[in-house]
Amino acid sequence: MIDFLDNFWSVYSNLVLSLGTNALLALSIYLTLSCGMLAMANAAFMGIGAYTSSILTMNYGWPFPLAIAAGMAAPTLVAFVIGRPTLRLSGVYLAMATLAFGEVVRLCILRAENLTGGALGLNGIPQLTTWWHVLLAVVAVLFLLARLRRSKIGRAFEAIKEDETAAGLMGIDVNGHKMLAFALGAAIAGLAGVLDAHLTFFIGPQEFGFDRGVEILTMTILGGINSLFGPVIGALIITLLPELLRSFKDYRAVANGLILVLIVLFLPKGLWNPAWMRKVTGLAKRAAPSA
Amino acid sequence: MTDLLKLTNVSRHFGGLKVLQDVSLSVQPGTISGLIGPNGAGKTTVFNLITGLLPPTTGDITLDGTSLVGRKPHQITRSGVARTFQNIRVFKEMTLLENVIVGMHRHLHYGVPGLVFALPKYRAAEKRARDRARELLSWMKLEHKADDLADNLSYGAQRRLEIARALATEPRLLLLDEPVAGMNSTEKTELMREIVNIRGRGYTIFMIEHDMRFVMGLCERISVLNFGKIIAEGGPEQIRNDPQVIEAYLGREDDEVSVTPGVAE
Repeated sequence: MIDFLDNFWSVYSNLVLSLGTNALLALSIYLTLSCGMLAMANAAFMGIGAYTSSILTMNYGWPFPLAIAAGMAAPTLVAFVIGRPTLRLSGVYLAMATLAFGEVVRLCILRAENLTGGALGLNGIPQLTTWWHVLLAVVAVLFLLARLRRSKIGRAFEAIKEDETAAGLMGIDVNGHKMLAFALGAAIAGLAGVLDAHLTFFIGPQEFGFDRGVEILTMTILGGINSLFGPVIGALIITLLPELLRSFKDYRAVANGLILVLIVLFLPKGLWNPAWMRKVTGLAKRAAPSA
Repeated sequence: MTDLLKLTNVSRHFGGLKVLQDVSLSVQPGTISGLIGPNGAGKTTVFNLITGLLPPTTGDITLDGTSLVGRKPHQITRSGVARTFQNIRVFKEMTLLENVIVGMHRHLHYGVPGLVFALPKYRAAEKRARDRARELLSWMKLEHKADDLADNLSYGAQRRLEIARALATEPRLLLLDEPVAGMNSTEKTELMREIVNIRGRGYTIFMIEHDMRFVMGLCERISVLNFGKIIAEGGPEQIRNDPQVIEAYLGREDDEVSVTPGVAE
């Protein structure tokens, strides 16, 4: 039995741990979505966190905890800077601006060859991430977000999502809360980047581009944003899917796109929808919402 | 008595369109005042200027002597102005209780540590907020539906919920934008009583309303807006008999279309 577990872990440890980092990424975009913003910058924030921390541990021998802190602080600072002009935008315009920002980050990484290795990426990053780092990170983030949801900040996010004007007239600082969601999401994406980079030895600029951005969005939309379980379940499915459909691995991006389309068409609230589950299980206390 | 709200020569232009011209009016503390006028006269624009959704082109708006011009909507709410909307804007996917608690946002002080670790301070503040929200819902006769989703309420009940939510911000001045639009006469009579009760609790109310019986029955002072200008101001009796007001609402006598005899018989 122990042998079996040992075997399992040596084969699948990377998969299990990337479940954790993907869950963090899904939760990072959940934050902006729960505030009604479609911001697509999380892959770039992840990249900033990954590169910052890897350069610090590889080239400067920083201890891992400090590298984690730096890998979270750097994308947060960037989020504050680009958030000021872009968060005024809404809907598809915000998505476009943040996608453009992601491209800028990718190209900067590509050009700054001395620091980042350019297109060749960074090789030989020390493997410092262990299973408990990932577990602790996921639990801590889930705990923090669960507390936020149950506080005035979570209510303010939801109010902004439903009606920005009305939220402002309830005394809520709309821009301040949007910035908080954006910056906190950047910190969580950065954390995922740090843990991922120190798990895989290697990072390259193409890992943090448009494809990754869409994958993060797919995880969260698939799971749904009505609860914290949604993004985690979405991350689980999107991470395991390529393993189950290994023979189709060339079509991974196609599958992600297809899932996004199907979910938006048929399950706009995602797989994990508390209201829908209450109805199905017959525990509906609130009357079914009128169409 | 000093004015709680004072508009001085306020104008608002949208391009070449002068929606409001030189509007001056004032609201005394502890009163119920009204703003009436035909459709398109610019009434809602007045509310949008007071609450900071739009800046005035010229003129000044003061609350208790402090200018509100240039402040953001949430800052104006925090200085003591709350409003409801003509086209209801409740948070439909929240329960009634949550809707009202959102209005208490700035009155919940528990800092980040209190929030993250659910310290006693946080729990006490949240409990106070829930109790207060239930009390406000009971003022508007909605307490039995506290845990329902706002989307499931009738039109009239959603309007009452908006008033409860506005009161949660602890305003000194409550602006009501057509509070009885779409209500039946029983609901109107009930709301009338509830608004009198709210005034009795020390709130000042300034409302826009089309229903003349409602306005005349409630308001101590009424301003009449027509084509962006104030054409009359005074008590209900005075307004009812003002020839300019009658003209604005019913048209001049020589405007009246004389019925052509013999047609459609």
